[in-house]
Amino acid sequence: MSEQGLRFLCPNGHLGFAPSKRESFDIGAATKPHFYCCDSGSSDIGPGPLGGDYSVSPYEWQKHDLEMMLVAARRQEVPMIIGSAGDTGTRSRVDLYVKIIEELAAKHNLPPFKLAYFYSDVPAAYLKGKLAAGEKVEGLDGRSDLTVEELEQTDRIVAVAGIHPFIEALKSGADVIIGGRSSDSAIFAAPAIRLGYPEAESYYLGKALECASFCAEPYAAKETVIGEVTHEDIKLTAMSPYQRCTVASVAGHAMYERSNPYFEYVAGGMLDMTNCRYEQHSEKTCRVTGPVFVPVEGKVKVKLEGSGKVGERYVGIAAVRDPYTIKNIDQVLDWAREQVRERFGDEGYGLYYNVYGKNGVMGPLEPIKETHSHELCIVCQGIAPTAKMAEEVTMTGTRQIFYARLPEVKGTAGTAAFGFEEVLPASAAYKWTLNHIVPVDDPMELFELHTIEVRGAR
Amino acid sequence: MKTVKLADLAKTVRSKNAGTDKITFDIIFREEGNYELVKKSGVISKKSMATLFGIPEERISDFVEFDPAYAIKFTIYRDLPSGSPGDSDVFGSQQYPPLLDIEVPVPD
Repeated sequence: MSEQGLRFLCPNGHLGFAPSKRESFDIGAATKPHFYCCDSGSSDIGPGPLGGDYSVSPYEWQKHDLEMMLVAARRQEVPMIIGSAGDTGTRSRVDLYVKIIEELAAKHNLPPFKLAYFYSDVPAAYLKGKLAAGEKVEGLDGRSDLTVEELEQTDRIVAVAGIHPFIEALKSGADVIIGGRSSDSAIFAAPAIRLGYPEAESYYLGKALECASFCAEPYAAKETVIGEVTHEDIKLTAMSPYQRCTVASVAGHAMYERSNPYFEYVAGGMLDMTNCRYEQHSEKTCRVTGPVFVPVEGKVKVKLEGSGKVGERYVGIAAVRDPYTIKNIDQVLDWAREQVRERFGDEGYGLYYNVYGKNGVMGPLEPIKETHSHELCIVCQGIAPTAKMAEEVTMTGTRQIFYARLPEVKGTAGTAAFGFEEVLPASAAYKWTLNHIVPVDDPMELFELHTIEVRGAR
Repeated sequence: MKTVKLADLAKTVRSKNAGTDKITFDIIFREEGNYELVKKSGVISKKSMATLFGIPEERISDFVEFDPAYAIKFTIYRDLPSGSPGDSDVFGSQQYPPLLDIEVPVPD
């Protein structure tokens, strides 16, 4: 009935974050897919890794997954495409993955192949130039347009690649592509669109496959899924023996981690899933039809992510058991804040409390306003320009919980318990400074593409 | 009319980041019956969710009844971008529990 399409293997929703499972990968690889694709990044991990330029995925797990994919793809002589190298997709992470690929090629004595890689890093000066020229860098998700002040608070910026750098890399004859920060759907859509498949079906394929087995049931991560795109539909098939792609699991995945299940924005347009139809094609396969792609009017707009350092950070932990103190915990913390203020003034540092047992998880969103816990754990974070100051802010903010002056407290030998009498150094605090889009004349202008020959075989 | 807790009707109730500035909530049902029951009851609406979380309705950016997945989904703007100093849930993954206890009227 339907034509033979283009088949993609995806082993993992975030390469390296936890290792891909071997069994379902081998089952998928045995079906000889046309492409091995995987995204390796996420903004979910918070602003620290981008700002501080480090990975949260262990090197051994990154290597494990890259090795599985590289060996299978080169043996079958089909392309392997990775986006958002090393969690953040910064230059240093792309270089790291390129090095891993070269080492693996040597280890497995692979015949020579062409490796393309691109950087996504955006210099702040480029955006300053845009702002100076009166161009608007539009804020997303309720953010206002970019200002010079926000740029100055930013340590590192990446542009989120659409299909363009992947298509250029494929045109250059790349067998393996290592991408900087990328839209996860573009990693899959690019090769399909280059081969003439419709944009709507190609992007939908990417959207459904990018988290691998999250589009299958029962719930399981890191299991391989195969996606097939034709000119009229998309089919998703779970490879692990205990999973299936069902109408519920695939439609359910269309909602995952997105504010709206109908619209997906990429550099160059928007995928509209409003009229998608889902049907059970066979035991383990769900078929989807009806996505629509709406190309952007005017210039292509590329999404930017930026992170800036807020300060050095220490953490302190205190606990309270006295019911009277628990009842008056807000006053206790006000007292501790006041002691920090007396020492350091009103500004130039940050002091934050999470009160577990009261509203430590939800903060102001917590609907339960009355605390019934018999004990509370208070986590104090102090953030300041220097580690020394952050330590003292945190020390004061934590220890003064012990000395809080409450009018009727019975325990006059200390109003808090400490599991240990110290505060702990933590990694520096960062914040997301950019979640914006910038219009570009040339979709490649933010991406620097390189191609090398890898000679594994001696 | 008697009521049943949402936790006893839904297959999945979850929350998660949708980008750096939003948290999205999914309530997914196994079958059409419970989905339609909850949808028609009107207990889950933009207004009732704003009341539950103590936020103005403008903080809810999206509210969708998504028939293909038997799901109700809504998204809120965060107070602070994920992982900022003071954020208590970097992944936004533990903001859903108040939904579990929502009482849904069911026919006797």
